Amino acid sequence: MTRTSRDLQDIPMAFLELNGVEKFFAQHRAIRGIDLSIERGEFIVFVGPSGCGKSTLLRLIAGLERIDGGSLRLDGRDITDLPSSRRDLAMVFQSYALYPHMSVYDNMSFALKLAGAPPEEIRAKVERAAEVLNLTAYLDRTPKALSGGQRQRVAIGRAIVRSPKVFLFDEPLSNLDAALRGQTRVEIAKLHRDLGATTIYVTHDQVEAMTLASRVVVLRDGQVEQVGTPLELYDRPANQFVAQFIGTPRMNLVPCGRLPEALQRHAPRAAANGSMGLRPEAIGVAPRGQGAMGGAMGGAMGGAMGGAMGGTVELVEALGAETLLYVRTVEGSQLVARLSERTRCEAGDEVSLQLDTAQALWFDDAGRVVAPQKGLAA
Amino acid sequence: MTPRRPAPFPVATALRAVAAWAVALLLFFPIAWLGLTAFKTELQAVAVPPQWLFAPTLENFHEVQGRSDYLHYALNSVVTSVLSTVLGLMLAAPAAYAMAFFRGRWTRDILMWMLSTKMMPAVGALVPVYVLAQKSQLLDTQAALIIVFALTNLPIMVWMLYSHFRDIPPEILEAARMDGATLWQEVRLVLLPLGMGGIASTGLLCLVLSWNEAFWSLNLSAAKAGTLATLIASYSSPEGLFWAKLSAASLMAIAPIVVFGWFSQKQLVQGLTFGAVK
Repeated sequence: MTRTSRDLQDIPMAFLELNGVEKFFAQHRAIRGIDLSIERGEFIVFVGPSGCGKSTLLRLIAGLERIDGGSLRLDGRDITDLPSSRRDLAMVFQSYALYPHMSVYDNMSFALKLAGAPPEEIRAKVERAAEVLNLTAYLDRTPKALSGGQRQRVAIGRAIVRSPKVFLFDEPLSNLDAALRGQTRVEIAKLHRDLGATTIYVTHDQVEAMTLASRVVVLRDGQVEQVGTPLELYDRPANQFVAQFIGTPRMNLVPCGRLPEALQRHAPRAAANGSMGLRPEAIGVAPRGQGAMGGAMGGAMGGAMGGAMGGTVELVEALGAETLLYVRTVEGSQLVARLSERTRCEAGDEVSLQLDTAQALWFDDAGRVVAPQKGLAA
Repeated sequence: MTPRRPAPFPVATALRAVAAWAVALLLFFPIAWLGLTAFKTELQAVAVPPQWLFAPTLENFHEVQGRSDYLHYALNSVVTSVLSTVLGLMLAAPAAYAMAFFRGRWTRDILMWMLSTKMMPAVGALVPVYVLAQKSQLLDTQAALIIVFALTNLPIMVWMLYSHFRDIPPEILEAARMDGATLWQEVRLVLLPLGMGGIASTGLLCLVLSWNEAFWSLNLSAAKAGTLATLIASYSSPEGLFWAKLSAASLMAIAPIVVFGWFSQKQLVQGLTFGAVK
């Protein structure tokens, strides 16, 4: 596992450490021996498809579910069997879970009151948090009288007034509409930068993962598939699952048997029964018969590096800043190309695809990454 | 305000109103007749055809009070129904909390089993319960009635509280736990305020059920701990029926709970719909 370079403080010991954490629901092994070290101040995102165990893992850390195996250490202390109330963690729930019978002020001050903080300190902290979150005008309202975005901010406020050791977020943006989601995402990123608090954030949205995380943990079937910075995951995925999960549109995957002869020669021997993965921006498109132009790679894509494939455009998605072309190749696979400029291509046009195979990833039939065969004689 | 709906077809409305009044009168008639009879003389009470117009008399009430101490029975009713409700809530609330928020594999089955005990006729348990009360020297004591009332109402109380608690999102309790609340703080500061409507309506219903309970009070109590139900029963004696006195005693027995129900009907209706309507 690579260490992130952006860690400025040099803290030798992990702040939050999971060792072989297990969770069973009846016979079902929901979490399968997860090891993870999180350092102070990191923004960790758990991402994965639904049912992968990311929320369960968060709830195990929160203490809302019992850990069935392994151990959990926070700041040098074993908290595996400690109740939630004594773990010193704060959580923002997907449904916000505000106390409906209390005012915004009481919601935000609840934890401090329970902890027995002096009233003037409580007031100061709540007012400061309310100011940061633009909630000052709403302190006397009940959650019922707030909009979705405001409730979301109260939930965050309730977490930050306590200055807990770790913030836990369980899909906090999924109940907001698209515009508000983008805006709140930026606010959360800013808040993390200002507070520098260790954060664990669960989402199924890989854009949130990529934009917020200092490190992303990709989960599948209760196991960690890969841990790394967003760009590490994007550029060097550990396997086909991560490669396809990270990035929109998904990485193109072509079975090696469906590649043209010329390209098959590039394939490492171990990938002979596997497939080739190529990001949409590593494909250039040109009308049949012309040299490939355009594509995010522009003209930099050398013909010698790449392989060419013929195909028919099936769909054009013009997004303004970029254009997505869905092309059915002669060999029968569908590829997506991302072009950074606009195109005259229309559905039904015959095109030739220029593949930047230097960027290609090769997978064996089990989906594992296979090293490209540099030494192999051409 | 919501926009006004167009007026429905007048004939349909009229028919519905007639049907509603018919059902309401049908349900209310026995109570109204009881009320009338209580103010008649015994002769007027058995007159054929029944008399609608008569000079009301309070004689029956005097006689009932003279023959048996109304306040004594009323006090027994108050004590047994209130304390059995409190006892029942104390047992049912933790059970419902556990079942609503910590569901296990058997939760559903246990709930069904609890409800199924209500299908057994009470008389089936009469002999063992009577013997138990006798051996523990609790016959004709308020304690026996309190315990038995609480236990017979327990299944329905657990069910009602369970369905009310299920309406509370569990994350709110989890949020309290994350905020550092102990179990007791979680219950006192979050669960009870949020569940108060359900707890109140459950309590009210059980108060009414206990107040009206007749089978166990008749069998387990007599002059000392008897409730108003036993007072009424004492007027249908082998010496013959005294309709007017029986009606007067019944009216006195149901009056407090009817008045009480009138003031708490909103909560009662809410409770009887089992929190299903929001």
